[in-house]
Amino acid sequence: MTHPHLTRRDLVAAGGALIGVALATGGSGLLAPARANGLSPTTTMRGGANNYLPGAPIVDRIGGGGFWMTGTVRRAGDGAPLQGARIQIWAHTTEGHERDPHSHGATLTDAAGVFRLEMPQIVPAFGQPHGHLAYDSGDFETVFLRPVMPSSKDTSLEAHFVLQPA
Amino acid sequence: MRLLSAILVWAGFGALVGTPIFIAAASPLLQWRDPVYVVAGFAGIVALALLLVQPVLIGGYLPGLPRRLGRHVHRWTGSLLVVAVIIHVTGLWLTSPPDVIDALIFASPTPFAAWGVVAMWAVFAAAMLALLRRRLRSWLSAWRLGHSALVLVAVVGTVIHAVLIEGTMGMVSKAVLCAAAISAVVRVIIDLRTLMLLKKPQG
Repeated sequence: MTHPHLTRRDLVAAGGALIGVALATGGSGLLAPARANGLSPTTTMRGGANNYLPGAPIVDRIGGGGFWMTGTVRRAGDGAPLQGARIQIWAHTTEGHERDPHSHGATLTDAAGVFRLEMPQIVPAFGQPHGHLAYDSGDFETVFLRPVMPSSKDTSLEAHFVLQPA
Repeated sequence: MRLLSAILVWAGFGALVGTPIFIAAASPLLQWRDPVYVVAGFAGIVALALLLVQPVLIGGYLPGLPRRLGRHVHRWTGSLLVVAVIIHVTGLWLTSPPDVIDALIFASPTPFAAWGVVAMWAVFAAAMLALLRRRLRSWLSAWRLGHSALVLVAVVGTVIHAVLIEGTMGMVSKAVLCAAAISAVVRVIIDLRTLMLLKKPQG
């Protein structure tokens, strides 16, 4: 699977999760039988749907670009990558407020379940530099995410979806 | 010599209140905000600065502004504080209604929002109590304890709110202003022996 922004932190987290699963299943399979073979779905974050405008158009990039919103979309349970999932993205950027229609855009995931959309630089608004993402296409349960940038100087932000069939 | 020290105290006080506003006015974030959002942000900064002004006036800490006169000014600056809070919240509401609704119902993803809302209600309650002061003159000790307690909640809530926010204020000037506001309110509570009222019988 191609993953352009796999960081060391991701690897450590993934490794930790694997060890956790291994311990849960190997140590005592009866304790967490459902979790052992199932990737649990992402839940909507607080405030994730704020200033959502349904039906953002699929675009090559939002505005002038310069900032990358990236992530993955997988299916709950087996973790299979989902191709063609429509992810809507919006934020307060150097080119507009969250409520401005031109701050909104959408993109589709590739065969590896990866999405990548260029957009203007996100700037702190309402106290935090943050973005909004939505999966709201109907085949799977709707999920709204609101990731916060570790630093407002970052020029990219990641968000990952694990979707539950509707 | 007394004149010099008076000038120094006033200059220091002016710098404490003015510098954070001046630094925020130079923030790069302003160029990416609509006027309503800019005004809302500055109303919040002014409100924070007034939280320092209020106890300083009541304590009579400024040369040439004794307690009796300070108390008179305190009422006006207190009204200004209430107005600043209302402009702050209304401006943010106009900028992003769902974020403000989340904050008001304590469902915001950002913890500083809840502290701001707690501080807002404490400011309103303290101001309401101020309006009722004449009517409550038979219970003046209880009145002072109540007003002081509400103000303490307002200051602590505002400081946590402000410190956790990444906004237009400079980190250093914000920290200094917050520390000054807390010091001033604690100092005035000690100086006016407000806590002694807890031990005395009412009246």
